[in-house]
Amino acid sequence: MSRAPADDVAVLVDGVSKTFRLPREQVSTLKERVLHPTRRPSFDELRALRDVSFEVRTGEVFGIVGRNGSGKSTLMKCLAGIYQADAGEMWLRGRMAPFIELGVGFNPDLTAHDNVLINAVMLGLTPDEARTRYASIMDFAELHEFAELKLKNYSSGMQVRLAFSVMVHVDADLLLIDEVLAVGDAAFQQKCYDVLSRSRDDGRTILLVTHDMDQVQRFCDRALLLERGRIAAIGDAADVARGYTNVNFATAGHLGVRPDLPIGEGDDGAHIADVFIQDATGQRGVALAQGAPCALCMRVRFQRPATDPIFHLSLTDAQHRCVFAVTSEWGDGLGGDFAAGDVVKAGASFDNWLAPGRYELTAQVLHPGGGGHVMARAEKAASAIVTGSRAGGGIVDIPHGFFVERHTERTAAAIDGATG
Amino acid sequence: MSAVPAPAYRVQGPSAVGGDPRRFWNLARTLAATDWKVRFYGSALGYVWSLLRPLMLFGIVYFVFSTVVKAGAGVRYYGVILLLAMILYFYFVEVTSGAVTSMVDRESLLRKVGFPRAVVPLAVALVATMSLALNLVVLAVFIVLSGVPPRWTWLALPIPFLLLAVFATGVGMLLSALYVRYRDVRPIWEVVTQALFYATPVLYPIERVIDHSQTLATIALCNPVAAIIQESRHLLTGAPSVTAALGSTALLAVPIAILAGVTWLGLHVFDRMAPRAAEEL
Repeated sequence: MSRAPADDVAVLVDGVSKTFRLPREQVSTLKERVLHPTRRPSFDELRALRDVSFEVRTGEVFGIVGRNGSGKSTLMKCLAGIYQADAGEMWLRGRMAPFIELGVGFNPDLTAHDNVLINAVMLGLTPDEARTRYASIMDFAELHEFAELKLKNYSSGMQVRLAFSVMVHVDADLLLIDEVLAVGDAAFQQKCYDVLSRSRDDGRTILLVTHDMDQVQRFCDRALLLERGRIAAIGDAADVARGYTNVNFATAGHLGVRPDLPIGEGDDGAHIADVFIQDATGQRGVALAQGAPCALCMRVRFQRPATDPIFHLSLTDAQHRCVFAVTSEWGDGLGGDFAAGDVVKAGASFDNWLAPGRYELTAQVLHPGGGGHVMARAEKAASAIVTGSRAGGGIVDIPHGFFVERHTERTAAAIDGATG
Repeated sequence: MSAVPAPAYRVQGPSAVGGDPRRFWNLARTLAATDWKVRFYGSALGYVWSLLRPLMLFGIVYFVFSTVVKAGAGVRYYGVILLLAMILYFYFVEVTSGAVTSMVDRESLLRKVGFPRAVVPLAVALVATMSLALNLVVLAVFIVLSGVPPRWTWLALPIPFLLLAVFATGVGMLLSALYVRYRDVRPIWEVVTQALFYATPVLYPIERVIDHSQTLATIALCNPVAAIIQESRHLLTGAPSVTAALGSTALLAVPIAILAGVTWLGLHVFDRMAPRAAEEL
């Protein structure tokens, strides 16, 4: 059954399965073995990977996505030779470097110099190669003047820089990267992407495990979605990213009110039974396409009679910024009298020009009069992901026309004349 | 990138030794060098301690046992052979006790990088062997001071040393593999090394045991560590050889068989455990 991969294939995974045996009661002392010699330790089986097969071509950037526990890291560790697969076979082409964690082998009591050499050897360089690249590693990390400082005196940011710099200098043909890029500040992450982009341009093959769908869409050529150890989707990165967003929420009881959140904080004049976002088709949306119409909605049951209550909805982004807030106060004819027991659906529809990313929706029902007296409140009770390829870095992506006008000599002269 | 694609290779999964001996050696010596550096970390004298410490310790032992206790009255060069025996015995303890927890101590490494698993206990043995070498240098000082006449048999001393290194590493690998699953191994081994210390002719010369009972001496020398120490004493100062102390050449097969058997068992058990080490830690 053994088949070597075709010439342009850098990674071949064929029918790989992996099951972990998790002891039900921890039998880790000899005493228990001696006292209960016949009792076989019982195990729960966790099937982390089930018959996974795929190919990655040389020079591709291949994303591996999935929820926590879907088997992404197990797959990486099997490829990196850390775990033994139970079935199937895996082929690699070229020098492979695993980046399961930054700074493997770092010892806080040693100097940066020593740690760079240790880390580089752990990642596959020979000690000689590590020594010749040392200067360049310290240059890239911009830590030359701290070379003889013990690692424990480094700030965590400096440690990450050092570790990342070593990783860059391993120069393998095939990089296995398991979410190590999630650390560090925005500037660091940008540097990571610059380096990875360059690696990609150099023709290296990259396997990238990530949670960030934005990353997948921007950076990967193709992607694989794992769900409970099985391949749920494989193909174009943008399609898989959309699939992930749906999987992630479909199993979380789709986009309803999350039961663990404080709902109905207020004076209980009303009860918010449901908070959700509708997509263009009127369905409860999870992945909202950028540019398409959508609606923020709440379903409210009044506990007591109310006159002219105010419905208020606000969207916050992943950085907890309120991006968009709307209220029924602004509209005409939205008030009126409501009796105890009345149920209403209130909401705001709009064209979705939010930047791609994750948003959370907070719904409130307020007493009239602007005093902000809350009848009911459901904080961040629903969430949605806006998908789109236009990530300009702004909070919103307002419909716009872009222009570049070429000046003729005459207008240029007129401008010069006006300014000079 | 070259136009000719690099050959594809199959991922073999973790193993004890792996396919690339150069990488194995690079990893083992890097880990050992790290441990060695950390050992004297923060001390003003640094590496000087690795010579100074045994020099002072041996001086104390030499003084106490040759002038105060006189356990070796009537035995030639008792002080020197006492030091030799102590150096070798504590080498064995250092390798095995260090190896016991080594896999667990290196957990973060084992779970993050694929490399031949035997590197870990082997690095422990390497560090202990480096300090053994330094200790032997210090021992040479005492040999000169005691006026032990040079012998041709000194040239054969590396043989028992090598056997001891092999045996200690084999036992260390066995214990490190068992410790991954059974954490009782550590306290048990602490007790065993204590008991073995008194069962091995370190503080007392084997001649004393023979005076008392030949059977007892024979039993004591079935322990490979005791046999190796006794043979080293013989080669160093002309003390009774193992065969002489055992009372029969045929009996030599017993410590040799134990040495070979336990070492093989250690390699075998470690090899079985290695592929799953990362997930069982």
